[in-house]
Amino acid sequence: MDNLNALIAGFGDVLTPLNLLVALLGVTVGTAVGVLPGIGPAMTVALLLPITYGMEPTQALILFAAIFYGGMYGGSTTSILLNTPGESSSVVTAIEGNKMAKAGRAAQALATAAIGSFVAGTIATLALVFVMPQVVDFAISLGAPEYLAIILVAFVGVSAVLGTSRVRGLASLLVGLTIGVVGIDFVTGQQRLTMGIPQLADGIDVVVVAVGIFAVGEALWVAAHLRRKAAEVIPVGRPWMGRDDWRRSWKPWLRGTAFGFPFGAIPAGGAEMPTFLSYMTEKKLTRHPEEFGRGAIEGVAGPEAANNASAAGTLVPLLALGLPTNATAAIMLAALQGYGMEPGPLLLEKQPDLVWALIASLFIGNTMLLVLNLPLAPAWAKLLQIPRPYLYAGILFFASMGAYAVNSQPFDLFLLLVLGLVGFAMRRFGLPVLPLIVGVILGPLAEKQARRSLQLSGGDPSGLIGGPVAWVCYAIIAIVLFWPLVAKLIRSRRGEGRDVENKSEVSV
Amino acid sequence: MSDNAVSDGALGDRAPQGRSGDRAQYGMCAALALLGVLVLVDASRIGAATSSNDPIGPRPVPIILGVLLIVVSVFYAVDVARGGVGEAEAGEDVDLTTRIDVRTVAMLIAAFLVNAVLIEPLGWVISGSLLFWGSAFALGNRHHIRGLAIGVALALVTFYAFAIGLGVNLPAGILQGIL
Repeated sequence: MDNLNALIAGFGDVLTPLNLLVALLGVTVGTAVGVLPGIGPAMTVALLLPITYGMEPTQALILFAAIFYGGMYGGSTTSILLNTPGESSSVVTAIEGNKMAKAGRAAQALATAAIGSFVAGTIATLALVFVMPQVVDFAISLGAPEYLAIILVAFVGVSAVLGTSRVRGLASLLVGLTIGVVGIDFVTGQQRLTMGIPQLADGIDVVVVAVGIFAVGEALWVAAHLRRKAAEVIPVGRPWMGRDDWRRSWKPWLRGTAFGFPFGAIPAGGAEMPTFLSYMTEKKLTRHPEEFGRGAIEGVAGPEAANNASAAGTLVPLLALGLPTNATAAIMLAALQGYGMEPGPLLLEKQPDLVWALIASLFIGNTMLLVLNLPLAPAWAKLLQIPRPYLYAGILFFASMGAYAVNSQPFDLFLLLVLGLVGFAMRRFGLPVLPLIVGVILGPLAEKQARRSLQLSGGDPSGLIGGPVAWVCYAIIAIVLFWPLVAKLIRSRRGEGRDVENKSEVSV
Repeated sequence: MSDNAVSDGALGDRAPQGRSGDRAQYGMCAALALLGVLVLVDASRIGAATSSNDPIGPRPVPIILGVLLIVVSVFYAVDVARGGVGEAEAGEDVDLTTRIDVRTVAMLIAAFLVNAVLIEPLGWVISGSLLFWGSAFALGNRHHIRGLAIGVALALVTFYAFAIGLGVNLPAGILQGIL
C-alpha cells in the first residue's frame, strides 16, 4: 500500500490554492485547444514550454498534464459536432458520434463521451498508480545497452507500427534523428551539422522544432487548403443522458478502458488501435446492431473511454522509462529535461514528490473536466465558430512568440519557418510527424546510451547487445521491420501474382 | 514507367486534381537522399576524436544516419514508383479537394518574415501586431481595423503578461521606456 500512501501525500501537495488554480487553467486551456481546429495539446504544451521555465517544475507539469487530459475531452466535442475529427484518435468517435448529433442526440453523445472519459480516466490513472512503480522496479536494474534497445523499440514502434506507411514513418524518424545530432557533441566538443552557424552550436531547441512542425506547419498547411465555407456545426444544448443511455453506456466505458490502458502503456501503442478495437467489440456485442452506422451510443462510449484510458496509459512509459509514445508526452519529456531532471526510472526515486503530485493532479483535473464540460458544452461548441483567419493568425502569433522566447534570437524565427515548411511538406506527402518529434527528443539519449555501453565494454561491439532484455527488444525490432517482407514472400508463394509482377518490373 | 501510367489511371478517379501517382513525391525522396549526403559529408569533416572514455567518438552516429537516410530514400522512391501515395493530412478546416493555395501561403510566409526581421529593431508589440494583422489578411480577413485592433491587443497583453509578468524575453524595441 506504499503506492496509495505516496498518492495520498501527492494529493496533500497538490491541494494548494495555487496548484488547483494551475490545474483549472490547464483543463480550461486544454479543452479549448482540443475543441479548436488546427491546434492540439502537443502544440499548446510546446508553445507554453518557454513561458513556464520560470514556474515551479511541479506546477508546470500539473499544467501540462491538465492540458493533455483537457485536449482529449475537447477533441471529442469537435468530432461529435463537426464530422471532421482533428486527431486520429477521435476518428472512431466521429463515426457514431456525428450520426447521433445529426439525429438530434448530440447532448447524449457529448454526455456519454464526457462521463465515459471521466470513468476511463479515473480507472486508468488508478491503474497507473499501481503499474508504474512496478515498471520502475523492473527498469531500475537495466543498464545502458538495455536502455538503448528499449529506445530503439520505441523508434521502430512510433515509425513503423503506428501510421499507415512504414517507409514514410522511418523517413520522418530519420529526419528527427538528424535534427537531434545538430550541435556540439556532448563528449568530444566537436561540432556536428552546424554549418559553421554559431547559433546552431547549442543544437536546435526542441521547442523550436515542435512549434515549427506542429504549429507553423499546421497553419501553413491549413492555409493552403482552407475551407472557404465554414463547416457546419450542429447546435447543442446541455449534455444529459436518460436511464436507457446509462444502461447502454457503462459496459462500453469499462471495456474501452480495458482496451485503452494497456495499448497506451506499451511503447508502440497509441490510441488508434484501442479505439478501433473498442468500436468493433461494441458493434459485435450490442443489442441494437441496427443502430450502428446510424448513431449508436455504444459506438461513442467505448472508443471515447479507450481514448482517454490510453492517454493515461502513455504516462506509464513516460514516467517509468522516460519514453514518450505520443506527441504531448514527448514534449512533456522535453520539459522534464529542461528542468534539469533525468527522465527514466530514477525519476520516481529522485523526485517522488513531483511524480505523485503529478498523478494526484490527474485525478483532480479529470474531475474538474467533468464539471467543466457537462454544463459548459454549448459554450465550448461556440469556439468552433471563431473566424478562421483570426484563429490561424493567432497560432502563428503565439508560435513566433514561443520560439523567440526560448533563446531571444531572431535566428530561431527563421529556423522556425524552415521547420514549418518541413512540417508543411510532411503533411502534403503524408509523412507522420510523431516519429520526427520522438527522434529529436530521444535520438541524443540513444546515442548517449550507445556510447556509454561501448565505454563499459571498452569498445567491444558486443557491449551494445547487452543482456536478455535487449535480446528480446532486438527480436521485436527484427520482426516488426521484416514482417512485410515475410508476409509478401508468403503471399507471392500463394500466387497472388499481380502485385508482385509489378514490383519486379519496377525494380529494374 | 508504364507501371506509373497504370496507377495514374487507376487512382485518378479517386483523387482528382492530380494527386494521383503523385510524382512530386520523388522530390521528397530526393530531399531525403540529399540530406543523407549532407550528413555524410559533414561526418567526414569531423575529426576522429576517440579516446578510452569514448571508443567510437562523434562520427559513427552521423555516418549511420546518413547511410540510413539514403537507404530509406531509395525504398521511398521504390514505393512511389509502385504507386504508393502518402495520404495528405486531413483536418477540420482542411479541404483537400482544392489545390494548394500558393498565394495565401506566400503571403503568410511574408508576414512571418516581416516579424522575424522587425522583432528586434521595432519590438514585439509592433512586429507581433503586424504579424497578426498580416496573417489574418493573408487568410482572407478583410476587416482591417478589427484585425489590427486584435493584433495590437494580443501583442500588448502578451508583452505585459509574459515579458513583464513572467520574465519571458520579448524585446520592447523602439517602444522601450514607453511600455
